[in-house]
Amino acid sequence: MTSSTPNADISGAGKPRVGLFVTCLVDMFRPTVGFSAVKLLEEAGCEVDVPMDQTCCGQPAFNSGDKASAKKVARPLIDMFADYDYVVAPSGSCAGMIKKHFPELFADEPAMLDQVNALSAKTHELVSFLTDVMKIDAVAASFEGKVTYHDSCSGLRELGVKQQPRKLLNSVQGLEISELSEPESCCGFGGTFCVKYPEISGKMVGEKTDDIKSTGAKTLLAGDMGCLMNMAGKLAREGSDIEVRHVAEVLADMTMEAAPIAGKKGEQAS
Amino acid sequence: MNVSTSPKFKENVHGALRDESLQRALGRLKTGFRDKRLAAINNLPEFEALRDQACDIKNHTLENLDHYLLKFEENVKANGGHVHWCADAAEARETVLRICRDKDAKSVLKGKSMISEEIGLNDFLEKEDLKVVETDLGEYIIQLRHEPPSHIIAPAIHVHKEQVADSFRETHKGRDPNRSLAEPRELLDEAREVMREHFFAADIGITGANFLIAETGTSVIVTNEGNGDLTQTLSRVHIAIASLEKVVPTLEDASSILRVLARSATGQEMSSYTTFSTGPRREDDLDGPQEYHVILLDNGRSNMLGTEFQDMLRCIRCAACMNHCPVYGAVGGHAYGWVYPGPMGSVLTPSLIGVDEAGHLPNASTFCGKCEEVCPMRIPLPKMMRHWREREFEKHLSPASMRFGIKAWAFLASRPRLYRTATGLAAKVMNKMAGGRGRLAKLPLAGGWTQIRDLPAPQGQNGKTFKELWAEKQAQKARGSK
Ligand code: SF4
Repeated sequence: MTSSTPNADISGAGKPRVGLFVTCLVDMFRPTVGFSAVKLLEEAGCEVDVPMDQTCCGQPAFNSGDKASAKKVARPLIDMFADYDYVVAPSGSCAGMIKKHFPELFADEPAMLDQVNALSAKTHELVSFLTDVMKIDAVAASFEGKVTYHDSCSGLRELGVKQQPRKLLNSVQGLEISELSEPESCCGFGGTFCVKYPEISGKMVGEKTDDIKSTGAKTLLAGDMGCLMNMAGKLAREGSDIEVRHVAEVLADMTMEAAPIAGKKGEQAS
Repeated sequence: MNVSTSPKFKENVHGALRDESLQRALGRLKTGFRDKRLAAINNLPEFEALRDQACDIKNHTLENLDHYLLKFEENVKANGGHVHWCADAAEARETVLRICRDKDAKSVLKGKSMISEEIGLNDFLEKEDLKVVETDLGEYIIQLRHEPPSHIIAPAIHVHKEQVADSFRETHKGRDPNRSLAEPRELLDEAREVMREHFFAADIGITGANFLIAETGTSVIVTNEGNGDLTQTLSRVHIAIASLEKVVPTLEDASSILRVLARSATGQEMSSYTTFSTGPRREDDLDGPQEYHVILLDNGRSNMLGTEFQDMLRCIRCAACMNHCPVYGAVGGHAYGWVYPGPMGSVLTPSLIGVDEAGHLPNASTFCGKCEEVCPMRIPLPKMMRHWREREFEKHLSPASMRFGIKAWAFLASRPRLYRTATGLAAKVMNKMAGGRGRLAKLPLAGGWTQIRDLPAPQGQNGKTFKELWAEKQAQKARGSK
């Protein structure tokens, strides 16, 4: 991993201490993404810790209009991550929830304001943290073949994650990016949306998988497990052999550690 | 008021997704609107600054709405016009009817007006034996088809030219039955001919208004067909119907907002016609109506002031949000079940007809944020849809299964140890069910997911969670360093 100009914040004494917010989907469905994040952060010069009492950011409740439940789930995180220099999540959606929506969620509790704003300020999505804060511009990884990259909505529009993953992917040996014709259009996941309105979601993800197939890429990458599971599940249902992975697995050179999301294709699901 | 089918949103969606002709039409959104908008704003470096300016103008006006409305009324009156304040749809319809009766009117010409759709004006006037003719081509087409608009600036976007030709043959009697109507130009020419007869026979001309200008008492409409001008100048009486939030302080303000409106809507720098109407015909005017009326409609807007929905009143009806919305793009406008579709409708409709009626609309969004990104007035549409979900939750309108699910999940997620055990167990069960294939085609309670796609199973052979594996590693490390 190479870094062009070390960040002013971190050039002082000691390594920056990062609290990893694993996210509930990575925790349960894709541990390799968590380990990839740890590896990338450590190689970038961070000291990484995983608070074991973390569960979820509260977004499912927040987006369902249940603010009380959202607060119940979100509140413990504020203390849990208070002592770290940074909070990093391998997800634009969960990082966006903490960074953009926690201040909104706790707006009616002025006593919480300082703490919540402090948490918001130091929370980042993994890949953009590596490039924008740790000033990393290349990784030591190799991955053979053509990949395509889907811009997950929250990362893209709430946090401005767009060029950062492409920049790092371009440094991966053997990897070539073949862009989607509509990389920024929503995949139809939308949290509970995809089960509340399966027909609309199905139409959206179907358009997305058509686009993916037409790139000629063998692998689909993105930065959010929700979108990835949606697209991987649809590609599998369609019998496609395109493999789906979280971008961190490729950047951390850990693709050998796990089969692609939704498994190797070409056999029926059970 | 117009009857809504919003409660049947899911059925509407089911039908829309299977309607091939609709799906073909929706495919044109990209080239028709999105690409053109992008090209237009890329050509205007100060576009972002103009957006800010437009927002500031509207925010300032909304904070002082009573002041500017009164000023507008005062200036309309000073020019010899009339202003009618209408609290709701019924009052607005009655007011229009009264003006028609006073003038002994038989026929009414309409310029395109969403407010008239909102109050169900055409049906009402027709029931009162008035002949109503829409003069905007799109509106005319859907009038012939007895349909509501499916888009706020392209009301007939769901209709193909072959279908238009069919409607014309059916309605325009006394013409050569073998005439060609295959080309858009031929359709246009025929519509124009038919329309011309109506223009000269009209008693009353009704238009909407894109802006009401307080300092001059002027109503402004923008069109691409020029039909609006004819509607309001050739009729004996011009009635402009507008909702309260259309007012802006000055001419200057209107022109600032116009600079973002057409670009956001159709990608034009300006619409072909921008028409300013100030009062009735003056003595030395060559044309113009003898009377000028403005219907100022509230119909729920004032209830939005001072609430979390106030920002919605900045909307200038450019339609950029629906042109870019993946949900609108999948199902079209009629599925939304009432007058305003797309993201702006998902926020506005619950305000106007009640969230119990329109509850699906703010829920049917992935919160992808594209609408907010393109909205020239920087309206935080996803955030306001979320506010509607909050209201629904408070009112216990959201489905019981969902409420229970969220509560149960929150119970678990706020108890870390229990959560670890439960997720660890669930991961292992799913992993086992997948039997090494990495995915599940079916899972109890996950029908909404598996109807469309497989469910990726938790990774690996054993389905251990990250936290379990992390704890194991930390323990190993600790042993190793001893
Ligand atoms: S909400 Fe914004 S984008 Fe949508 S119609 Fe209104 S002004 Fe245009």
